[in-house]
Amino acid sequence: MEKMETVVKGKPEALCATFDRKEGSDKQTTHYCPGCGHGRVHKLIAEALSDMGLGDKTVFISPVGCSVFAYYYMNTGNVQAPHGRAPAVATGVSRANPNSIVISYQGDGDLAAIGTAEILHAANRGEHLSVFFINNAIYGMTGGQMAPTTLLGQKTQTTPRGRSAMNEGHPIRMAEIIATLEAPIYVERTSCTDTKGIMKTRKAIRKAIKLQSEKKGFTFVEILTACPTGWKKTPSDSIKWIQNELEPYFKPGVYKDVSDKAEPLHRPEMIMDSEEIFKSLGLKKGKTPSSSAAAVEEKRIKIAGFGGQGALTAGVMMATAGMNEGLNVSWIPSYGPEMRGGTANCSVIVSSKRIGNPLVRNPNILIAMNGPSLDAFENDVVQGGTIVVNSSLIERKLSRSDVKAVYVPLTDIAAKVGLKAAANSVALGVFLGLENIFSREGIYEVLKTSLKKKDALEINIKAVNAGFEFAKTL
Amino acid sequence: MKKELIKGNEAVIKGAILSGCTHFFGYPITPASEIAQAAAHYLPLTGRTFIQAESEIAAINMVYGAASAGVRTMTASSGPGLSLKQEGISYLAGAELPAVIVDVMRAGPGLGNIFPEQSDYNQMVKGGGHGDYKNVVLAPNCAQEMCDMTMQAFELADQYRVTVVVLTDGNIGQTMEPVEFPEEVKKAPFKEWSVQGDAKTRKNLITSIYMSTDALSKLNIRLQKKYAEIEAKEQMWEDFLIDGAEMVVVAYGIMSRISQNAIEELRAKGLKVGMMRPKTLFPFPKKRLQELAKTAKTFFVTEMCAGQMIDDVKLAIEHRRPVEFYGCYGGRTPAVEELKEAIELAYKKMVR
Amino acid sequence: MENKLPAVEISLNECKGCALCIESCPQTVLSLSAPFNKLGYQYAIYAGSGCTGCDACYYACPEPGAITIIKQKKVKM
Repeated sequence: MEKMETVVKGKPEALCATFDRKEGSDKQTTHYCPGCGHGRVHKLIAEALSDMGLGDKTVFISPVGCSVFAYYYMNTGNVQAPHGRAPAVATGVSRANPNSIVISYQGDGDLAAIGTAEILHAANRGEHLSVFFINNAIYGMTGGQMAPTTLLGQKTQTTPRGRSAMNEGHPIRMAEIIATLEAPIYVERTSCTDTKGIMKTRKAIRKAIKLQSEKKGFTFVEILTACPTGWKKTPSDSIKWIQNELEPYFKPGVYKDVSDKAEPLHRPEMIMDSEEIFKSLGLKKGKTPSSSAAAVEEKRIKIAGFGGQGALTAGVMMATAGMNEGLNVSWIPSYGPEMRGGTANCSVIVSSKRIGNPLVRNPNILIAMNGPSLDAFENDVVQGGTIVVNSSLIERKLSRSDVKAVYVPLTDIAAKVGLKAAANSVALGVFLGLENIFSREGIYEVLKTSLKKKDALEINIKAVNAGFEFAKTL
Repeated sequence: MKKELIKGNEAVIKGAILSGCTHFFGYPITPASEIAQAAAHYLPLTGRTFIQAESEIAAINMVYGAASAGVRTMTASSGPGLSLKQEGISYLAGAELPAVIVDVMRAGPGLGNIFPEQSDYNQMVKGGGHGDYKNVVLAPNCAQEMCDMTMQAFELADQYRVTVVVLTDGNIGQTMEPVEFPEEVKKAPFKEWSVQGDAKTRKNLITSIYMSTDALSKLNIRLQKKYAEIEAKEQMWEDFLIDGAEMVVVAYGIMSRISQNAIEELRAKGLKVGMMRPKTLFPFPKKRLQELAKTAKTFFVTEMCAGQMIDDVKLAIEHRRPVEFYGCYGGRTPAVEELKEAIELAYKKMVR
Repeated sequence: MENKLPAVEISLNECKGCALCIESCPQTVLSLSAPFNKLGYQYAIYAGSGCTGCDACYYACPEPGAITIIKQKKVKM
């Protein structure tokens, strides 16, 4: 059985019944000029959202340009974005609520001039967005200046003699550019002119939104629209101008469509369980003693060597062992380009007191693992301090006599226990032997947590012990 | 939790996750990169989001979007990156969005170098972008505070709907120190003004454009009221050997750590020197400075820049006491000895 | 009423007189008024008959609330 029903096709539900956010007394009509393309496209988007029942789920990102006030009209969640940044803002919105339908609505200045980086990279990441790019080849909001899509020869307020390729370059074809990227699944340019063009635009808009609702990825629809005011033409002539002038340069068509092969992409669920979060952060329950058994007078240590000798690691281990025994500790590396070049050094402080400056300029103890390190820091050591010299690599003696010199063949000892690279562990052992501030067991514990391979652990423990024994013979 | 030896920069991210931060948008820059790296490592482990944006501008706008959607979100950078973010920060203020930004300061102007400085003070504390707005600015001086203040930043941001900046420098960011993380995971509160892509929040609008002068005046009055409330309620500082101090050193971040050593040594020599360390730079601890101005003879400000915070000290004490200054810039961190001499010299001038 | 459908309704004070609907109408049953509306525009008017409910004017109109189409549609029971 069939029956006839009266259908009223009016303002879609996803447009506000009255435009209450709009300034002024007229809450019924848009702020757009007669014949402007924005109203048409707003209506097409709203119609699609309404028909698909997506009004609640949609977040509409308004750009800067004439459509800055799109939030007056769209009966959806609305976020107004800085100029050109709508795709980045949309990325944030979409990632925060992956189930929302996010629409980035942008004009030519917004998308193709000030926001080129944002659109390219949102597209390239394949963000779940539908981007509707309104190309009318002019800046409307600011009063008719040149847009990146202004045609050669086209007169605007800032190209009063017409756009010249020599001075302003050529108009940019965004749909073509976006289509070269891997991630976008659907890129089309339509021309919102006569009924045929409008219906093609309608179809493209619906397709883009539907694909997003299926979580299939990034879609981009460039729409050629009229700006009769900016072009100083009647609405009717404006439509003809699009057809005769814009369309030959900005050819309508599908530039990319792999949507039939696109699989729905679901973002990972967030784990909210506290224990899982602690585990992911490597946090361990329990209490670390907050004071040490014995008072330790502040030790300011500098460990230096060439990259790969493990000077920085030795410092971290020293500091960790101190921390585990309830001491205050700090460690800071020299950072910057030199860490990729020759020498690396770190400052370590171990103290019973609260530590001030973590940078050690004048150490009590210097561990110099190679020649350049000794040359660089020998004179900084405080009077009465200690300098451990890696005599495997440094042939010279100290040039000063007001410090304690400890010559240890760190590298040779390490080689003897089976791993030349364990010279830093030998240095740790020497340090323990010289300065009785924390236990060897403490260092073993630290080695255990940082070295996962059993044989590496054993060799490093041996290296620590060898260094320790060596220091005891001094 | 058991203490962990961790870089200040990494402690930021663990603290952030424990605060309920779920979205980090960043861009690499020395000496702040470890923050983004830690975010890239830890956030995805529990289904949270890290994006390396195409620029600092994009990163702050992603923060703007995620904050609009009601989640706890952050970014981190250093001076040159913060200059780029200023546009977004102004919009965040205008739209009253809560966000957290960590600035690990390096030396400027221009590309400057990657070594520590404190020369972003003005751009972060005084606003920095266009329009009349303020960021709340917290100033940690150790790894524990990098965690704690990041966590506090999320609370303040949501409480007042403001951007909170954790302002630190390369030294503090790069230093590993023991940090005790809390045994609790916080969740972002439900924000009824946010836009979440559902029926409940469909009516909401996030914007910073107000076309009528009346509406924009209203926003500005509301912002100024909020800042006044923050000034009244949120000033934080720490005193160090302040009892009987005739000279009060004012320093934050790494300079407070260097000052601590210098002051200890000068006290041992009998000089009546103490320190007031601002822990909030906006709101600036004016109340404490005004109290101290009653008894102290001279103030001594030291910063790793040509002098930016010094203006706030002078304003706080209304020029009632002399304010001496020692600055150090170019990325060079002064030695304790150097600062000690400068303080001693000013002290001699004071007692003369 | 029944026999007048389909029909186009133009909200007098929402029309900005761009005339794009008039150009789009294949039946040429739309025209511009002589008088002006509250906004100060001559507005589109419907001849009162001849509308086929093709929706062309609805989509051509840049003013989202200005044109409403009323028509009858077969529905399965």
